[in-house]
Amino acid sequence: MVTRVVVGAHYGLRDWLVQRVSAVVLAVYPVVFLITFAAARPADYASWKALFSQGWMRIATLLFFVSLLLHAWVGMRDIIMDYIKSAALRLALEVLVILVLVACAGWAFEILWRR
Amino acid sequence: MSDASPKKKRPLWYNLSPLNLPLPGLVSILHRISGALLFVFLLWLLYLLDASLASAERFEALKRVVAQPIAKVVLLALLWAYLHHYCAGIRFLLLDIDVGGDLATARATSIVVIALSLVLTAVIGWQLLW
Repeated sequence: MVTRVVVGAHYGLRDWLVQRVSAVVLAVYPVVFLITFAAARPADYASWKALFSQGWMRIATLLFFVSLLLHAWVGMRDIIMDYIKSAALRLALEVLVILVLVACAGWAFEILWRR
Repeated sequence: MSDASPKKKRPLWYNLSPLNLPLPGLVSILHRISGALLFVFLLWLLYLLDASLASAERFEALKRVVAQPIAKVVLLALLWAYLHHYCAGIRFLLLDIDVGGDLATARATSIVVIALSLVLTAVIGWQLLW
């Protein structure tokens, strides 16, 4: 006889950790942004655009958006799991959240790297 | 003997109104509400970033949109949501590494989170929007 120990798929711990690690990135980015912003003091379109044209700023902002995608996914999934009792509606909303978030990350990439 | 019968089951009634939550509970539910609010407006915020970096004309047009009273109110609400989520998030990260978990400290930091995010919203909102 096979003795089974029900321990789950462990995705709970992984998601818990993803939420915290992404939170740290999301917490650090605004500090970096504010320092850069205060140093450059962009007042018009050209200087605002120049701020986001620096290579490292693009990468940092991309990291911010990727972390946002992961962070918002775990958070929205938790909210949906807590309040939506119908499995069909829950799945539909979860899929919608995933599509919106992936689209946002793609859009952010496009905004940062165009021209 | 009738006295030996099990205790009569009494109905339980919890008052779950947010205003009756203990302070750490209030911070927690506001963390959830602010997070959901930020997600709902994420597409719009990204649209604003897109417009601001698209061209000089759209940058100027964006300034006029943001100057509308309705836009200012929405942006102020989102600013609060962001700042509350940020402050409460740092408090939760500290709780995860066992900092400030005792009741007195947890209550005190709850007040700090609620007050600080409101004050920062007023200060930054004033600077940016008015």
